[in-house]
Amino acid sequence: MNEPLITARSLVKKFGDLVAVDEIDFDVEQGEAFGFLGPNGAGKTSSMRMIGCVSPTTSGRLEIFGLSPTADGRAIRARIGVVPQMDQLDNELTVLENLVIYARYFDIPRDVARARAAELLEFVQLTERKDDTVDPLSGGQKRRVSIARSLISEPELMLLDEPTTGLDPQARHVLWDRLYQLKERGATLVLTTHYMDEAEQLCDRLVVMNGGKIVAEGSPRNLITTYATREVLEMRFGRGHNEEHVSEVSQVGERVEILPDRLLVYAHDGEGALATLRERNIIPESALVRRSSLEDVFLRLTGRTLVD
Amino acid sequence: MTAPAATERISIATRIIPAVLFDVRRPQRLVERSLVVTRRGWLMVVSGFFEPLFYLLSIRVGLSALVGDVAVGGDLVPYDEFVAPGLMAASAMNGAVFDSTMNVFHKWKQARLYDSLLATPMSAGDIAVGEVTWAVIRGLLYSTAFLATMLVLGMVGSLWMVLSIGACVLIGFAFAAVGMACTTFARSWADFDYLPAVTLPLFLFSATFYPPSSYGDWSWVVQLSPLYHGVALIRAANVGEFSASVIVNIAVLVGLALVGIAVTARRIEKLLLT
Ligand SMILES: Nc1ncnc2c1ncn2[C@@H]1O[C@H](COP(=O)(O)OP(=O)(O)OP(=O)(O)O)[C@@H](O)[C@H]1O
Ligand SMILES: [Mg+2]
Repeated sequence: MNEPLITARSLVKKFGDLVAVDEIDFDVEQGEAFGFLGPNGAGKTSSMRMIGCVSPTTSGRLEIFGLSPTADGRAIRARIGVVPQMDQLDNELTVLENLVIYARYFDIPRDVARARAAELLEFVQLTERKDDTVDPLSGGQKRRVSIARSLISEPELMLLDEPTTGLDPQARHVLWDRLYQLKERGATLVLTTHYMDEAEQLCDRLVVMNGGKIVAEGSPRNLITTYATREVLEMRFGRGHNEEHVSEVSQVGERVEILPDRLLVYAHDGEGALATLRERNIIPESALVRRSSLEDVFLRLTGRTLVD
Repeated sequence: MTAPAATERISIATRIIPAVLFDVRRPQRLVERSLVVTRRGWLMVVSGFFEPLFYLLSIRVGLSALVGDVAVGGDLVPYDEFVAPGLMAASAMNGAVFDSTMNVFHKWKQARLYDSLLATPMSAGDIAVGEVTWAVIRGLLYSTAFLATMLVLGMVGSLWMVLSIGACVLIGFAFAAVGMACTTFARSWADFDYLPAVTLPLFLFSATFYPPSSYGDWSWVVQLSPLYHGVALIRAANVGEFSASVIVNIAVLVGLALVGIAVTARRIEKLLLT
Protein backbone atom coordinates (compact mmCIF):
# COMPACT_ATOMS: atom_id res chain seq x y z
CA MET A 1 0.00 0.00 0.00
CA ASN A 2 1.36 3.33 -1.05
CA GLU A 3 0.90 6.39 1.06
CA PRO A 4 -1.70 8.71 -0.48
CA LEU A 5 -0.16 11.61 -2.39
CA ILE A 6 -2.39 14.13 -0.67
CA THR A 7 -4.00 13.72 2.72
CA ALA A 8 -6.41 16.24 4.21
CA ARG A 9 -8.05 15.89 7.59
CA SER A 10 -10.48 18.40 9.09
CA LEU A 11 -9.04 20.93 6.71
CA VAL A 12 -10.39 24.44 7.28
CA LYS A 13 -9.89 27.71 5.45
CA LYS A 14 -11.35 30.92 6.80
CA PHE A 15 -11.23 34.42 5.40
CA GLY A 16 -12.07 36.49 8.45
CA ASP A 17 -15.46 35.20 9.54
CA LEU A 18 -16.19 33.56 6.22
CA VAL A 19 -15.61 29.82 6.26
CA ALA A 20 -14.58 28.94 2.71
CA VAL A 21 -13.54 25.34 3.45
CA ASP A 22 -15.24 23.68 6.37
CA GLU A 23 -13.50 20.64 7.87
CA ILE A 24 -13.03 18.55 4.78
CA ASP A 25 -11.33 15.14 4.64
CA PHE A 26 -10.00 13.51 1.52
CA ASP A 27 -7.12 11.45 0.16
CA VAL A 28 -5.72 11.55 -3.33
CA GLU A 29 -3.88 8.43 -4.40
CA GLN A 30 -0.82 8.31 -6.58
CA GLY A 31 -1.77 8.17 -10.27
CA GLU A 32 -5.46 8.92 -9.95
CA ALA A 33 -7.53 11.74 -11.37
CA PHE A 34 -9.41 13.40 -8.57
CA GLY A 35 -12.09 16.02 -9.05
CA PHE A 36 -13.63 18.78 -6.98
CA LEU A 37 -17.13 19.52 -8.15
CA GLY A 38 -19.33 22.25 -6.82
CA PRO A 39 -21.27 25.45 -7.48
CA ASN A 40 -19.72 28.93 -7.37
CA GLY A 41 -18.25 29.73 -4.00
CA ALA A 42 -18.24 26.10 -2.84
CA GLY A 43 -14.60 26.31 -1.80
CA LYS A 44 -12.94 24.51 -4.69
CA THR A 45 -10.34 27.15 -5.48
CA SER A 46 -9.64 27.70 -1.79
CA SER A 47 -8.91 24.00 -1.43
CA MET A 48 -6.72 23.94 -4.52
CA ARG A 49 -4.72 26.93 -3.33
CA MET A 50 -4.00 25.26 -0.02
CA ILE A 51 -2.78 22.16 -1.82
CA GLY A 52 -0.65 24.39 -4.06
CA CYS A 53 1.00 25.90 -0.96
CA VAL A 54 -0.02 29.45 -1.87
CA SER A 55 -2.63 29.73 0.85
CA PRO A 56 -1.94 28.86 4.49
CA THR A 57 -4.41 26.45 6.08
CA THR A 58 -6.47 27.84 8.94
CA SER A 59 -6.59 24.53 10.78
CA GLY A 60 -6.56 20.80 10.21
CA ARG A 61 -3.93 18.60 8.66
CA LEU A 62 -2.72 18.75 5.08
CA GLU A 63 0.12 16.70 3.64
CA ILE A 64 1.35 16.61 0.07
CA PHE A 65 3.97 13.98 -0.85
CA GLY A 66 4.08 13.35 2.90
CA LEU A 67 5.36 16.92 3.40
CA SER A 68 3.80 19.85 5.17
CA PRO A 69 2.96 23.00 3.16
CA THR A 70 4.11 25.22 6.02
CA ALA A 71 7.54 23.71 6.44
CA ASP A 72 8.26 22.43 2.94
CA GLY A 73 6.26 24.70 0.64
CA ARG A 74 9.16 25.26 -1.70
CA ALA A 75 9.92 21.57 -2.04
CA ILE A 76 6.28 20.72 -2.68
CA ARG A 77 5.82 23.46 -5.23
CA ALA A 78 8.85 22.17 -7.11
CA ARG A 79 6.97 18.95 -7.78
CA ILE A 80 3.57 20.29 -8.81
CA GLY A 81 2.23 22.02 -11.90
CA VAL A 82 -0.51 24.58 -11.41
CA VAL A 83 -3.13 25.89 -13.81
CA PRO A 84 -4.89 28.61 -11.81
CA GLN A 85 -8.51 29.52 -12.37
CA MET A 86 -7.45 32.89 -13.81
CA ASP A 87 -4.56 32.77 -16.24
CA GLN A 88 -1.48 34.42 -14.81
CA LEU A 89 0.72 34.57 -17.85
CA ASP A 90 3.63 36.96 -18.12
CA ASN A 91 2.41 39.73 -20.40
CA GLU A 92 5.86 41.12 -20.98
CA LEU A 93 7.11 37.87 -22.50
CA THR A 94 6.35 35.95 -25.67
CA VAL A 95 4.59 32.61 -25.58
CA LEU A 96 7.86 30.73 -25.86
CA GLU A 97 9.61 32.89 -23.27
CA ASN A 98 6.69 32.35 -20.91
CA LEU A 99 7.49 28.67 -20.91
CA VAL A 100 11.27 28.93 -20.83
CA ILE A 101 11.45 31.55 -18.09
CA TYR A 102 8.90 29.66 -16.02
CA ALA A 103 11.11 26.60 -16.27
CA ARG A 104 14.00 28.68 -14.95
CA TYR A 105 12.03 29.38 -11.77
CA PHE A 106 12.24 25.62 -11.27
CA ASP A 107 15.98 25.68 -11.87
CA ILE A 108 15.67 23.73 -15.10
CA PRO A 109 18.71 24.24 -17.37
CA ARG A 110 18.06 26.54 -20.31
CA ASP A 111 18.61 24.02 -23.09
CA VAL A 112 16.34 21.48 -21.41
CA ALA A 113 13.74 24.20 -20.96
CA ARG A 114 13.91 25.16 -24.64
CA ALA A 115 13.55 21.59 -25.80
CA ARG A 116 10.59 20.96 -23.52
CA ALA A 117 8.95 24.26 -24.46
CA ALA A 118 9.10 23.39 -28.16
CA GLU A 119 7.55 20.02 -27.45
CA LEU A 120 4.81 21.45 -25.26
CA LEU A 121 3.86 24.16 -27.72
CA GLU A 122 3.44 21.41 -30.26
CA PHE A 123 1.33 19.53 -27.72
CA VAL A 124 -1.05 22.47 -27.24
CA GLN A 125 -0.87 23.39 -30.92
CA LEU A 126 0.55 26.86 -30.50
CA THR A 127 3.91 26.46 -32.19
CA GLU A 128 3.12 29.03 -34.85
CA ARG A 129 2.29 31.62 -32.15
CA LYS A 130 5.46 31.08 -30.15
CA ASP A 131 6.96 34.49 -30.84
CA ASP A 132 3.80 36.48 -30.14
CA THR A 133 3.26 38.15 -26.82
CA VAL A 134 0.42 36.61 -24.84
CA ASP A 135 -1.85 39.65 -24.75
CA PRO A 136 -3.38 39.31 -28.23
CA LEU A 137 -4.07 35.58 -27.80
CA SER A 138 -7.67 34.47 -27.47
CA GLY A 139 -8.96 33.25 -24.11
CA GLY A 140 -8.72 29.63 -25.14
CA GLN A 141 -5.22 30.06 -26.51
CA LYS A 142 -4.08 31.66 -23.26
CA ARG A 143 -5.57 28.74 -21.39
CA ARG A 144 -3.51 26.39 -23.53
CA VAL A 145 -0.35 28.38 -22.84
CA SER A 146 -1.11 28.13 -19.11
CA ILE A 147 -1.47 24.41 -19.41
CA ALA A 148 1.74 24.03 -21.38
CA ARG A 149 3.54 26.21 -18.87
CA SER A 150 2.35 24.14 -15.94
CA LEU A 151 3.78 21.04 -17.60
CA ILE A 152 7.25 22.40 -18.24
CA SER A 153 8.60 21.16 -14.92
CA GLU A 154 7.29 17.64 -15.61
CA PRO A 155 5.27 17.70 -12.40
CA GLU A 156 4.25 14.58 -10.49
CA LEU A 157 1.04 16.29 -9.47
CA MET A 158 -1.09 18.62 -11.55
CA LEU A 159 -3.52 21.08 -10.00
CA LEU A 160 -6.01 22.20 -12.63
CA ASP A 161 -8.58 24.78 -11.54
CA GLU A 162 -11.32 24.75 -14.18
CA PRO A 163 -8.84 23.87 -16.91
CA THR A 164 -11.28 23.89 -19.79
CA THR A 165 -13.37 26.93 -18.91
CA GLY A 166 -13.29 29.22 -21.93
CA LEU A 167 -12.27 26.53 -24.39
CA ASP A 168 -14.36 25.67 -27.41
CA PRO A 169 -15.70 22.09 -27.55
CA GLN A 170 -13.01 20.93 -29.90
CA ALA A 171 -10.20 22.38 -27.79
CA ARG A 172 -11.80 20.83 -24.72
CA HIS A 173 -11.73 17.40 -26.25
CA VAL A 174 -8.13 17.85 -27.30
CA LEU A 175 -7.24 18.88 -23.76
CA TRP A 176 -9.06 15.93 -22.22
CA ASP A 177 -7.06 13.73 -24.48
CA ARG A 178 -3.84 15.42 -23.35
CA LEU A 179 -4.73 15.10 -19.70
CA TYR A 180 -5.58 11.49 -20.25
CA GLN A 181 -2.14 10.93 -21.77
CA LEU A 182 -0.52 12.58 -18.79
CA LYS A 183 -2.37 10.30 -16.48
CA GLU A 184 -1.27 7.29 -18.46
CA ARG A 185 2.29 8.41 -17.97
CA GLY A 186 1.73 8.27 -14.23
CA ALA A 187 0.93 11.85 -13.28
CA THR A 188 -1.66 12.51 -10.61
CA LEU A 189 -4.36 15.00 -11.55
CA VAL A 190 -6.45 17.10 -9.23
CA LEU A 191 -9.00 19.23 -11.00
CA THR A 192 -12.06 21.32 -10.41
CA THR A 193 -14.80 21.68 -12.92
CA HIS A 194 -18.33 22.80 -13.50
CA TYR A 195 -18.73 20.45 -16.40
CA MET A 196 -20.29 17.14 -15.64
CA ASP A 197 -19.11 15.50 -18.82
CA GLU A 198 -15.59 16.57 -17.95
CA ALA A 199 -15.80 15.03 -14.51
CA GLU A 200 -17.27 11.84 -15.94
CA GLN A 201 -14.61 11.63 -18.63
CA LEU A 202 -11.57 12.44 -16.57
CA CYS A 203 -12.10 11.68 -12.91
CA ASP A 204 -11.60 8.31 -11.30
CA ARG A 205 -13.00 9.73 -8.14
CA LEU A 206 -14.54 12.99 -7.13
CA VAL A 207 -15.99 14.92 -4.27
CA VAL A 208 -18.97 17.21 -4.51
CA MET A 209 -18.52 20.37 -2.45
CA ASN A 210 -21.23 22.73 -1.32
CA GLY A 211 -20.86 25.60 1.11
CA GLY A 212 -17.33 24.59 2.01
CA LYS A 213 -18.26 21.00 2.89
CA ILE A 214 -17.87 17.75 1.04
CA VAL A 215 -21.39 16.44 0.54
CA ALA A 216 -20.62 13.31 -1.45
CA GLU A 217 -17.66 11.29 -2.60
CA GLY A 218 -17.12 8.43 -5.02
CA SER A 219 -16.52 7.44 -8.62
CA PRO A 220 -18.78 9.15 -11.16
CA ARG A 221 -20.68 5.90 -11.79
CA ASN A 222 -20.98 5.27 -8.13
CA LEU A 223 -22.39 8.69 -7.39
CA ILE A 224 -24.93 8.38 -10.17
CA THR A 225 -26.25 5.06 -8.93
CA THR A 226 -26.38 6.31 -5.35
CA TYR A 227 -27.96 9.69 -5.94
CA ALA A 228 -29.97 9.30 -9.13
CA THR A 229 -32.06 6.73 -10.95
CA ARG A 230 -31.03 5.09 -14.18
CA GLU A 231 -33.04 7.45 -16.38
CA VAL A 232 -34.47 10.93 -16.27
CA LEU A 233 -37.60 12.14 -17.96
CA GLU A 234 -37.49 15.84 -18.77
CA MET A 235 -40.80 17.53 -19.47
CA ARG A 236 -41.90 21.04 -20.35
CA PHE A 237 -45.45 22.16 -19.81
CA GLY A 238 -44.84 25.76 -20.80
CA ARG A 239 -43.87 28.66 -18.57
CA GLY A 240 -45.83 28.83 -15.35
CA HIS A 241 -47.56 25.50 -15.94
CA ASN A 242 -44.85 23.18 -14.68
CA GLU A 243 -45.76 23.42 -10.99
CA GLU A 244 -49.39 22.42 -11.46
CA HIS A 245 -48.38 18.97 -12.70
CA VAL A 246 -45.98 18.08 -9.90
CA SER A 247 -48.34 15.92 -7.86
CA GLU A 248 -49.49 13.81 -10.84
CA VAL A 249 -46.00 13.49 -12.18
CA SER A 250 -44.46 12.41 -8.90
CA GLN A 251 -46.61 9.28 -8.95
CA VAL A 252 -44.67 7.85 -11.89
CA GLY A 253 -41.13 8.46 -10.63
CA GLU A 254 -39.03 8.19 -7.52
CA ARG A 255 -38.37 11.88 -7.30
CA VAL A 256 -39.27 15.10 -9.10
CA GLU A 257 -37.04 18.11 -9.46
CA ILE A 258 -38.67 21.43 -10.36
CA LEU A 259 -36.61 23.77 -12.50
CA PRO A 260 -37.83 27.14 -13.76
CA ASP A 261 -38.43 25.83 -17.26
CA ARG A 262 -39.02 22.11 -16.83
CA LEU A 263 -39.71 19.16 -14.58
CA LEU A 264 -37.24 16.33 -14.11
CA VAL A 265 -38.67 12.97 -13.18
CA TYR A 266 -36.23 10.38 -11.89
CA ALA A 267 -37.38 6.94 -12.89
CA HIS A 268 -35.84 3.59 -13.69
CA ASP A 269 -37.73 3.50 -16.97
CA GLY A 270 -38.28 6.95 -18.41
CA GLU A 271 -40.26 5.90 -21.49
CA GLY A 272 -42.53 3.80 -19.30
CA ALA A 273 -43.17 6.75 -17.01
CA LEU A 274 -43.98 8.98 -19.94
CA ALA A 275 -46.36 6.38 -21.38
CA THR A 276 -48.17 6.10 -18.04
CA LEU A 277 -48.61 9.88 -17.92
CA ARG A 278 -49.94 9.96 -21.46
CA GLU A 279 -52.49 7.26 -20.53
CA ARG A 280 -53.62 9.57 -17.73
CA ASN A 281 -53.99 12.34 -20.29
CA ILE A 282 -51.13 14.40 -19.01
CA ILE A 283 -49.45 15.62 -22.14
CA PRO A 284 -46.33 17.83 -21.86
CA GLU A 285 -45.42 20.31 -24.58
CA SER A 286 -42.22 18.41 -25.03
CA ALA A 287 -40.57 15.45 -23.36
CA LEU A 288 -37.19 13.77 -23.47
CA VAL A 289 -35.76 10.69 -21.82
CA ARG A 290 -32.04 10.50 -21.10
CA ARG A 291 -29.63 8.56 -18.93
CA SER A 292 -28.98 10.34 -15.69
CA SER A 293 -25.60 12.01 -15.22
CA LEU A 294 -23.51 13.70 -12.60
CA GLU A 295 -25.54 16.82 -13.32
CA ASP A 296 -28.46 15.09 -11.64
CA VAL A 297 -26.32 14.03 -8.69
CA PHE A 298 -25.27 17.59 -8.36
CA LEU A 299 -28.79 18.92 -8.50
CA ARG A 300 -29.86 16.46 -5.86
CA LEU A 301 -27.00 17.29 -3.53
CA THR A 302 -26.81 21.03 -3.88
CA GLY A 303 -30.19 22.02 -5.19
CA ARG A 304 -28.42 23.94 -7.91
CA THR A 305 -27.68 23.41 -11.55
CA LEU A 306 -24.06 23.41 -12.38
CA VAL A 307 -23.20 25.83 -15.08
CA ASP A 308 -23.74 29.17 -13.39
CA MET B 1 26.88 14.83 17.08
CA THR B 2 27.50 18.00 15.15
CA ALA B 3 23.88 18.50 14.18
CA PRO B 4 22.71 20.18 17.40
CA ALA B 5 25.59 22.62 17.26
CA ALA B 6 24.74 23.57 13.68
CA THR B 7 21.08 24.07 14.53
CA GLU B 8 22.10 26.16 17.49
CA ARG B 9 24.21 28.35 15.29
CA ILE B 10 21.41 28.79 12.77
CA SER B 11 18.88 29.68 15.43
CA ILE B 12 21.20 32.32 16.83
CA ALA B 13 21.69 33.68 13.35
CA THR B 14 17.94 33.76 12.69
CA ARG B 15 17.46 35.86 15.75
CA ILE B 16 19.76 38.46 14.29
CA ILE B 17 18.83 38.27 10.62
CA PRO B 18 15.13 37.96 9.78
CA ALA B 19 14.08 34.50 8.65
CA VAL B 20 12.95 35.77 5.26
CA LEU B 21 16.52 36.53 4.32
CA PHE B 22 17.30 32.86 4.82
CA ASP B 23 14.68 31.84 2.36
CA VAL B 24 16.44 33.47 -0.54
CA ARG B 25 17.75 30.90 -2.95
CA ARG B 26 17.31 31.84 -6.56
CA PRO B 27 16.63 35.57 -6.92
CA GLN B 28 18.83 35.47 -10.03
CA ARG B 29 15.97 33.78 -11.89
CA LEU B 30 13.86 36.91 -11.57
CA VAL B 31 16.81 39.01 -12.72
CA GLU B 32 17.04 36.71 -15.72
CA ARG B 33 13.41 37.43 -16.51
CA SER B 34 14.02 41.18 -16.28
CA LEU B 35 16.95 40.83 -18.66
CA VAL B 36 14.78 39.07 -21.23
CA VAL B 37 12.11 41.74 -20.91
CA THR B 38 14.62 44.59 -21.16
CA ARG B 39 16.20 43.18 -24.29
CA ARG B 40 13.18 44.54 -26.09
CA GLY B 41 13.10 47.87 -24.29
CA TRP B 42 16.80 48.68 -24.60
CA LEU B 43 16.15 52.15 -25.99
CA MET B 44 14.72 53.24 -22.67
CA VAL B 45 17.85 51.96 -20.95
CA VAL B 46 20.14 53.85 -23.28
CA SER B 47 18.21 57.08 -22.75
CA GLY B 48 19.26 56.86 -19.11
CA PHE B 49 22.84 57.57 -20.15
CA PHE B 50 21.97 61.09 -21.21
CA GLU B 51 20.69 62.15 -17.83
CA PRO B 52 24.14 62.49 -16.20
CA LEU B 53 25.47 64.37 -19.16
CA PHE B 54 22.75 67.01 -18.90
CA TYR B 55 23.14 67.24 -15.15
CA LEU B 56 26.86 67.74 -15.26
CA LEU B 57 26.89 70.13 -18.20
CA SER B 58 24.39 72.40 -16.50
CA ILE B 59 26.64 72.58 -13.45
CA ARG B 60 29.76 73.12 -15.50
CA VAL B 61 28.22 75.82 -17.66
CA GLY B 62 26.22 77.62 -15.02
CA LEU B 63 26.92 77.24 -11.34
CA SER B 64 30.69 76.73 -11.23
CA ALA B 65 31.34 80.17 -12.57
CA LEU B 66 29.18 81.76 -9.88
CA VAL B 67 30.28 79.70 -6.89
CA GLY B 68 33.85 79.57 -5.64
CA ASP B 69 35.79 76.64 -4.22
CA VAL B 70 34.34 74.51 -1.41
CA ALA B 71 36.18 72.86 1.47
CA VAL B 72 35.98 69.06 1.57
CA GLY B 73 37.92 67.48 4.41
CA GLY B 74 40.98 69.65 4.50
CA ASP B 75 41.05 70.53 0.81
CA LEU B 76 39.48 73.20 -1.31
CA VAL B 77 37.86 71.78 -4.43
CA PRO B 78 36.20 73.56 -7.37
CA TYR B 79 32.43 73.69 -7.05
CA ASP B 80 31.72 71.33 -9.93
CA GLU B 81 34.00 68.71 -8.39
CA PHE B 82 32.09 69.21 -5.17
CA VAL B 83 28.61 68.93 -6.65
CA ALA B 84 29.24 66.08 -9.11
CA PRO B 85 29.42 63.36 -6.40
CA GLY B 86 26.19 64.69 -4.91
CA LEU B 87 24.46 64.45 -8.26
CA MET B 88 25.87 61.00 -8.85
CA ALA B 89 24.38 59.81 -5.56
CA ALA B 90 21.06 61.48 -6.33
CA SER B 91 20.88 59.89 -9.74
CA ALA B 92 21.57 56.46 -8.20
CA MET B 93 18.73 57.13 -5.77
CA ASN B 94 16.29 58.28 -8.44
CA GLY B 95 16.94 55.28 -10.66
CA ALA B 96 16.49 52.84 -7.78
CA VAL B 97 13.32 54.51 -6.56
CA PHE B 98 11.80 54.56 -10.02
CA ASP B 99 12.49 50.88 -10.67
CA SER B 100 11.25 49.72 -7.31
CA THR B 101 8.05 51.73 -7.12
CA MET B 102 6.06 52.29 -10.32
CA ASN B 103 7.59 49.32 -12.14
CA VAL B 104 7.08 47.00 -9.21
CA PHE B 105 3.54 48.23 -8.60
CA HIS B 106 2.66 47.47 -12.20
CA LYS B 107 4.06 43.94 -11.95
CA TRP B 108 2.35 43.40 -8.62
CA LYS B 109 -1.17 44.69 -9.29
CA GLN B 110 -1.61 44.85 -13.01
CA ALA B 111 0.43 41.98 -14.35
CA ARG B 112 0.03 39.84 -11.20
CA LEU B 113 3.51 38.54 -11.85
CA TYR B 114 4.29 37.74 -8.24
CA ASP B 115 1.20 35.58 -7.80
CA SER B 116 2.39 33.31 -10.55
CA LEU B 117 5.93 33.28 -9.18
CA LEU B 118 4.76 32.17 -5.75
CA ALA B 119 3.17 29.07 -7.29
CA THR B 120 6.65 27.96 -8.36
CA PRO B 121 9.57 27.13 -6.05
CA MET B 122 10.36 30.85 -5.88
CA SER B 123 9.80 32.44 -2.47
CA ALA B 124 8.77 35.91 -1.37
CA GLY B 125 12.41 36.48 -0.38
CA ASP B 126 13.54 35.54 -3.89
CA ILE B 127 11.13 38.07 -5.34
CA ALA B 128 12.24 40.87 -3.03
CA VAL B 129 15.94 40.27 -3.58
CA GLY B 130 15.49 39.60 -7.30
CA GLU B 131 13.66 42.85 -7.97
CA VAL B 132 15.99 44.94 -5.84
CA THR B 133 19.00 43.36 -7.50
CA TRP B 134 17.61 44.23 -10.90
CA ALA B 135 17.19 47.85 -9.87
CA VAL B 136 20.80 47.85 -8.68
CA ILE B 137 22.07 46.36 -11.91
CA ARG B 138 20.34 49.01 -13.96
CA GLY B 139 21.64 51.65 -11.60
CA LEU B 140 25.13 50.28 -12.06
CA LEU B 141 24.92 51.02 -15.77
CA TYR B 142 23.92 54.61 -15.14
CA SER B 143 26.52 55.15 -12.43
CA THR B 144 29.21 53.95 -14.78
CA ALA B 145 27.99 56.35 -17.43
CA PHE B 146 27.96 59.09 -14.84
CA LEU B 147 31.51 58.37 -13.80
CA ALA B 148 32.67 58.28 -17.40
CA THR B 149 31.04 61.63 -18.07
CA MET B 150 32.69 63.13 -15.01
CA LEU B 151 36.03 61.84 -16.21
CA VAL B 152 35.58 63.35 -19.65
CA LEU B 153 34.57 66.70 -18.18
CA GLY B 154 37.57 66.64 -15.84
CA MET B 155 35.56 66.48 -12.62
CA VAL B 156 37.23 63.38 -11.16
CA GLY B 157 39.58 64.43 -8.39
CA SER B 158 41.14 61.11 -7.39
CA LEU B 159 41.73 57.57 -8.58
CA TRP B 160 39.80 56.46 -5.51
CA MET B 161 36.72 57.58 -7.41
CA VAL B 162 36.39 54.04 -8.85
CA LEU B 163 34.97 53.20 -5.43
CA SER B 164 32.05 55.50 -6.16
CA ILE B 165 30.56 52.67 -8.21
CA GLY B 166 30.46 50.56 -5.05
CA ALA B 167 28.84 53.45 -3.20
CA CYS B 168 26.20 53.70 -5.92
CA VAL B 169 25.49 50.00 -5.54
CA LEU B 170 24.88 50.56 -1.83
CA ILE B 171 22.65 53.55 -2.53
CA GLY B 172 20.77 51.50 -5.12
CA PHE B 173 20.25 48.61 -2.71
CA ALA B 174 19.07 50.84 0.10
CA PHE B 175 16.65 52.93 -1.94
CA ALA B 176 15.34 50.10 -4.10
CA ALA B 177 14.68 47.97 -1.01
CA VAL B 178 12.97 50.75 0.90
CA GLY B 179 11.13 51.88 -2.24
CA MET B 180 9.80 48.39 -2.87
CA ALA B 181 8.81 48.00 0.76
CA CYS B 182 6.81 51.24 0.56
CA THR B 183 5.25 50.12 -2.71
CA THR B 184 3.76 47.09 -0.97
CA PHE B 185 1.70 49.56 1.07
CA ALA B 186 0.41 51.46 -1.97
CA ARG B 187 -3.27 51.00 -2.78
CA SER B 188 -3.50 52.83 -6.09
CA TRP B 189 -1.44 54.75 -8.58
CA ALA B 190 -2.49 57.97 -6.87
CA ASP B 191 -0.31 57.06 -3.90
CA PHE B 192 2.75 57.56 -6.06
CA ASP B 193 1.95 61.26 -6.37
CA TYR B 194 3.55 61.60 -2.95
CA LEU B 195 6.82 60.14 -4.14
CA PRO B 196 8.44 63.46 -5.14
CA ALA B 197 7.45 64.81 -1.72
CA VAL B 198 10.03 62.41 -0.35
CA THR B 199 12.69 62.26 -3.01
CA LEU B 200 12.84 65.97 -3.79
CA PRO B 201 13.72 67.14 -0.25
CA LEU B 202 16.24 64.32 -0.05
CA PHE B 203 17.74 65.50 -3.31
CA LEU B 204 17.91 69.12 -2.19
CA PHE B 205 18.90 68.76 1.46
CA SER B 206 21.38 65.89 1.59
CA ALA B 207 24.45 68.12 1.37
CA THR B 208 24.10 67.66 -2.36
CA PHE B 209 24.65 71.29 -3.26
CA TYR B 210 26.44 72.65 -0.20
CA PRO B 211 28.39 71.13 2.69
CA PRO B 212 26.51 70.17 5.89
CA SER B 213 28.35 72.98 7.71
CA SER B 214 26.19 75.49 5.80
CA TYR B 215 23.26 74.36 7.93
CA GLY B 216 25.00 75.58 11.09
CA ASP B 217 23.39 74.23 14.24
CA TRP B 218 21.03 72.12 12.16
CA SER B 219 23.72 70.18 10.35
CA TRP B 220 22.92 67.02 12.36
CA VAL B 221 19.52 66.86 10.65
CA VAL B 222 21.29 66.19 7.37
CA GLN B 223 22.63 62.98 8.90
CA LEU B 224 19.06 61.64 9.03
CA SER B 225 18.85 61.63 5.27
CA PRO B 226 19.85 58.25 3.85
CA LEU B 227 20.97 59.97 0.69
CA TYR B 228 23.43 62.07 2.67
CA HIS B 229 25.34 58.91 3.58
CA GLY B 230 25.64 58.05 -0.08
CA VAL B 231 26.75 61.55 -0.97
CA ALA B 232 29.35 61.49 1.79
CA LEU B 233 30.80 58.21 0.50
CA ILE B 234 31.17 59.41 -3.07
CA ARG B 235 32.53 62.77 -2.02
CA ALA B 236 35.16 61.06 0.11
CA ALA B 237 36.11 58.90 -2.87
CA ASN B 238 36.43 61.92 -5.12
CA VAL B 239 38.97 63.59 -2.88
CA GLY B 240 40.54 60.28 -1.89
CA GLU B 241 40.28 60.90 1.84
CA PHE B 242 38.36 58.51 4.05
CA SER B 243 37.58 59.03 7.70
CA ALA B 244 36.00 56.67 10.23
CA SER B 245 32.56 58.13 9.47
CA VAL B 246 32.63 56.12 6.24
CA ILE B 247 31.81 53.07 8.33
CA VAL B 248 28.67 54.76 9.60
CA ASN B 249 27.71 55.77 6.06
CA ILE B 250 28.06 52.19 4.85
CA ALA B 251 26.25 50.75 7.85
CA VAL B 252 23.25 53.05 7.36
CA LEU B 253 22.86 52.06 3.72
CA VAL B 254 23.33 48.34 4.33
CA GLY B 255 20.92 48.49 7.23
CA LEU B 256 18.24 50.16 5.13
CA ALA B 257 18.72 47.59 2.38
CA LEU B 258 18.27 44.65 4.77
CA VAL B 259 15.26 46.14 6.50
CA GLY B 260 13.68 47.06 3.18
CA ILE B 261 14.11 43.56 1.78
CA ALA B 262 12.83 41.90 4.94
CA VAL B 263 9.74 44.13 5.04
CA THR B 264 9.09 43.58 1.33
CA ALA B 265 9.28 39.81 1.63
CA ARG B 266 6.98 39.80 4.66
CA ARG B 267 4.44 41.98 2.90
CA ILE B 268 4.47 39.82 -0.21
CA GLU B 269 3.76 36.79 1.95
CA LYS B 270 1.05 38.55 3.86
CA LEU B 271 -0.76 40.06 0.89
CA LEU B 272 -0.38 37.41 -1.78
CA LEU B 273 -0.39 34.17 0.18
CA THR B 274 -3.94 34.51 1.44
N1 LIG C 1 -8.94 35.94 -0.85
C1 LIG C 1 -10.19 35.84 -0.37
N2 LIG C 1 -10.63 36.71 0.56
C2 LIG C 1 -11.88 36.63 1.05
N3 LIG C 1 -12.76 35.70 0.69
C3 LIG C 1 -12.39 34.79 -0.22
C4 LIG C 1 -11.09 34.83 -0.81
N4 LIG C 1 -10.99 33.80 -1.69
C5 LIG C 1 -12.19 33.18 -1.66
N5 LIG C 1 -13.03 33.76 -0.79
C6 LIG C 1 -14.40 33.32 -0.47
O1 LIG C 1 -14.39 31.95 -0.18
C7 LIG C 1 -15.52 31.30 -0.71
C8 LIG C 1 -15.07 30.13 -1.56
O2 LIG C 1 -14.43 30.64 -2.71
P1 LIG C 1 -13.71 29.73 -3.77
O3 LIG C 1 -12.98 30.63 -4.69
O4 LIG C 1 -12.92 28.69 -3.08
O5 LIG C 1 -14.96 29.08 -4.51
P2 LIG C 1 -14.99 28.15 -5.79
O6 LIG C 1 -15.62 26.87 -5.38
O7 LIG C 1 -13.66 28.05 -6.43
O8 LIG C 1 -16.00 28.94 -6.73
P3 LIG C 1 -15.99 29.16 -8.33
O9 LIG C 1 -16.70 27.99 -8.91
O10 LIG C 1 -16.81 30.41 -8.50
O11 LIG C 1 -14.61 29.31 -8.78
C9 LIG C 1 -16.30 32.35 -1.46
O12 LIG C 1 -17.38 32.77 -0.64
C10 LIG C 1 -15.33 33.48 -1.65
O13 LIG C 1 -15.98 34.72 -1.62
MG1 LIG D 1 -12.88 28.63 -8.18
